[in-house]
Amino acid sequence: MDWISLELTAAGFYANKYCCAHWRVGHPPREEAASVTHPPSPSEHALARQGSAPLDLLQILVDLQSSQGCLSAEVLEEVSHALSMPLAQVRGVAEFYHLFSRYSPCRYRVLFADNVIERLAGMESLLIRLCEHLGIDPGKVRCDHRVMVGTTSCIGLSDQGPAALVNGLPITRLDAQRIDAMAEHIEQTIPVGDWPSEWFQVTPNLLRADHLLAEPWEVGAALGVLARQGAAEVLDCLDQARLRGMGGAGFPTASKWRSCRDTPADRRFVVCNADEGEPGTFKDRLLLQSHAHQIIEGMTLCAAIVGANHGVIYLRGEYAFLLPGLLGVLEQARQSERLGTIIRGFPGFSFDISVEVGAGAYVCGEESALLESLEGRRGNPRIRPPYPTQRGYLGAPTVVNNVETFAAAARIVANGEEAYRLAGRGEPGTKLHSVSGDCPRPGIYELPAGTPVRELLELCGAQDTGAVQVGGAAGTLLSPAEFDRRLGFEDLPSTGSFMIFNRRRDPINVVQRFTHFFAEESCGFCTPCRVGTALLRDLADKLFQGRAAPRDLDDMHRISRLLKSTSLCGLGATAPNPVLDLLHRFPAQVQARLCRADQQPAFDLDAALAPARALTGRDD
Amino acid sequence: MTAYFQIDGVPIPFESGQTIMDAALAAGQYIPHLCHNPEFRPHGSCRVCTVRADGRFVAACTFPASEGAKVECASDELRELRNGLLQMLFVEGNHVCPGCEKSGACQLQAVAYYCEMLAPELPHFFPRRHVDASHPDLAIDYGRCILCELCVRASREVDGKSIFAIGGRGIKAHLLVDSPSGKLGDTDMSVHDKAAHVCPVGAILIKHRGYDRPIGQRLYDQRPVSVVGDVIQAEETRDD
Ligand SMILES: Cc1cc2nc3c(=O)[nH]c(=O)nc-3n(C[C@H](O)[C@H](O)[C@H](O)COP(=O)(O)O)c2cc1C
Ligand code: SF4
Ligand code: SF4
Repeated sequence: MDWISLELTAAGFYANKYCCAHWRVGHPPREEAASVTHPPSPSEHALARQGSAPLDLLQILVDLQSSQGCLSAEVLEEVSHALSMPLAQVRGVAEFYHLFSRYSPCRYRVLFADNVIERLAGMESLLIRLCEHLGIDPGKVRCDHRVMVGTTSCIGLSDQGPAALVNGLPITRLDAQRIDAMAEHIEQTIPVGDWPSEWFQVTPNLLRADHLLAEPWEVGAALGVLARQGAAEVLDCLDQARLRGMGGAGFPTASKWRSCRDTPADRRFVVCNADEGEPGTFKDRLLLQSHAHQIIEGMTLCAAIVGANHGVIYLRGEYAFLLPGLLGVLEQARQSERLGTIIRGFPGFSFDISVEVGAGAYVCGEESALLESLEGRRGNPRIRPPYPTQRGYLGAPTVVNNVETFAAAARIVANGEEAYRLAGRGEPGTKLHSVSGDCPRPGIYELPAGTPVRELLELCGAQDTGAVQVGGAAGTLLSPAEFDRRLGFEDLPSTGSFMIFNRRRDPINVVQRFTHFFAEESCGFCTPCRVGTALLRDLADKLFQGRAAPRDLDDMHRISRLLKSTSLCGLGATAPNPVLDLLHRFPAQVQARLCRADQQPAFDLDAALAPARALTGRDD
Repeated sequence: MTAYFQIDGVPIPFESGQTIMDAALAAGQYIPHLCHNPEFRPHGSCRVCTVRADGRFVAACTFPASEGAKVECASDELRELRNGLLQMLFVEGNHVCPGCEKSGACQLQAVAYYCEMLAPELPHFFPRRHVDASHPDLAIDYGRCILCELCVRASREVDGKSIFAIGGRGIKAHLLVDSPSGKLGDTDMSVHDKAAHVCPVGAILIKHRGYDRPIGQRLYDQRPVSVVGDVIQAEETRDD
């Protein structure tokens, strides 16, 4: 049995009935593996569990990272032989995803969530404290192979951070005391499964419910409507409700479903985008943790309408702790004939859902990169056209929707479009907002579309707010002058992230962190984003350190224009947003930080000499 | 009846299924590009061929041509963008043209001249990248790789060997070689492989014949890239 299931059981998360190693139950059939005769190695175990086609590569690596604690050179060679895939290609995939470790194996791998919210909450000093206790440098495996401590992008726990992943499991609410205790547990070689279960507590944290979540979900309610009224009526209902995608782009959902249905093909797929990588977003975590039946029903509704027999939930690797619960709900649905070869009320229709686990890559939330990742490859976005509804997963027409979109579709069909329209203020519907940062009540708030920013600030008790970042790193940075703007498609669209910064925070620092995020997360495929995100990061550092000259601001504008116009995907196109917002909305702070010369070299002589000075002990 | 679209007002005929780039090149209309080559499937990564089709920025090499479309290619705005992209390619690697044996026959250099990008104004990254000289007939200078993946595609699609792949990500993305040591000398790459002849820059070099053409007779010395064409085709017609 692999460690995910072992440790989850021990941590008291869940009564372990479903072996998590088999998270792909219900997966579309693939070619069979060649049979194995000698005693099986770890990679053969992984292959036996995850399949042995090149398409299974990512899941095999996820499995091996779990069971082995790292992807060693030998393991990658074994996988390459077993899949008859070039080793370079296997390495290329292993090098793409953050959660894979290609260091030597170590017993404890601690990755601190490195979102700006966690930084402001003291994550850096906690990380240093842990490293000092353990006698290591960040990012390096200790020579006894016991432990390494590093960072990773936002892990979707900014409402209960600072947080870290320990061997893939999240520990929340970190403080000095907890860090000291963790160091002791590590030195005493106590298995993570035996660490106190309250450390691993992830609370759902729903602080305001409305149309989507106020009433408990009545299983079968939406499918019942579909059985009675038929697909055309249900699509009309979603049209009239004016349901738009909640993942960011806001595409009308019914049009997407129609387009997939109307593309000639002998099979189609429904994919639920549970990658939730936008910094400061964690509302899908709540839905997956506490409202999975509603999501599944939304996916089944979509499948019945477009004519799909398989659905896939792409679960971000950081949310692997939700896997057991999710698999349990899927199994319950199969038991009660809501999924599988027989679906109650729909003779002749079969539909099953499998879960595929990601491994740490923000870009894999972009729908075409997600499909690449589902097919086991590096998460590079695809060239469009064709769009996923024309040619998606395994080349077949595919609907990709956000978790919240599926849940909302189910609710709208069950309760009628009118209720949805009336739930909003000036525009239809509601939206989940993940609130974090400087406020006493961080958590998830379901609000009518069209609610002013100021009202949400009041609800969560925020005071003396100096800036709000709406929609994550790629979203909009607001100054107080704009707090009357409304959260919704008509004014301020959002992926559901709402990060609050009080007046003592430095907006330049906030934006600097976002530039680091994008530079970390660029897939590197296209020139403008690969190079431009790194240039913006370096310029933001220069500005933060007070070394930037007016000319550097011109460069920021120029590079931003390039990113916006020439990037292949939305990551590069939105990466400059925080920088441009900073320059437009906080000009006084920016001007105050500039150095006087109108040009300042990027080269820092003292930094370049530092290693030589340290080695020679000289200070001249 | 033939269908047409326009590039900067010039009518370009096209057949259904052709991209803007396919049709433009067939009509003798040059659009600057690096990762594209008509022998391989379009890639769309360098973005140097960015044009504006009916107002929208698209890569000419991947975007389908359509009847009546108005495509802008030579506007000041696009020149500036292209210039910026070329600068990015120069500063991310180590391109010391005067000392490079590909100088004069390098497509990156030639496209930069064509686009009047004479000196990058962006800060250089000066990455530390090594040289792999383990192969008897070939060398790779990773400092010059622009990640166009032409070698990746040539090795996979033409040579049937898949010797190259891409690793890492973001600014750390890099070329990988398919051997446990990661060295080219430990693969079955041959100097006769297509992949040995597709590199538009001086990253994959053929040994034993450096600096063999005097200045003035190099590939792009006499005529610009818009007339000479890509390194790949030019390599093939080399008279040796
Ligand atoms: C860089 C990037 C990251 C994205 N991440 C997510 C994500 O984590 N979750 C999500 O649902 N959509 C994400 N999207 C949007 C998806 O590409 C896609 O539009 C969405 O899944 C469609 O679903 P919807 O119509 O229900 O919103 C991302 C887009 C980009 C460009
Ligand atoms: S914009 Fe960035 S993330 Fe998107 S394809 Fe280009 S390099 Fe990759
Ligand atoms: S080595 Fe040459 S052909 Fe290969 S990716 Fe790099 S620049 Fe392109």
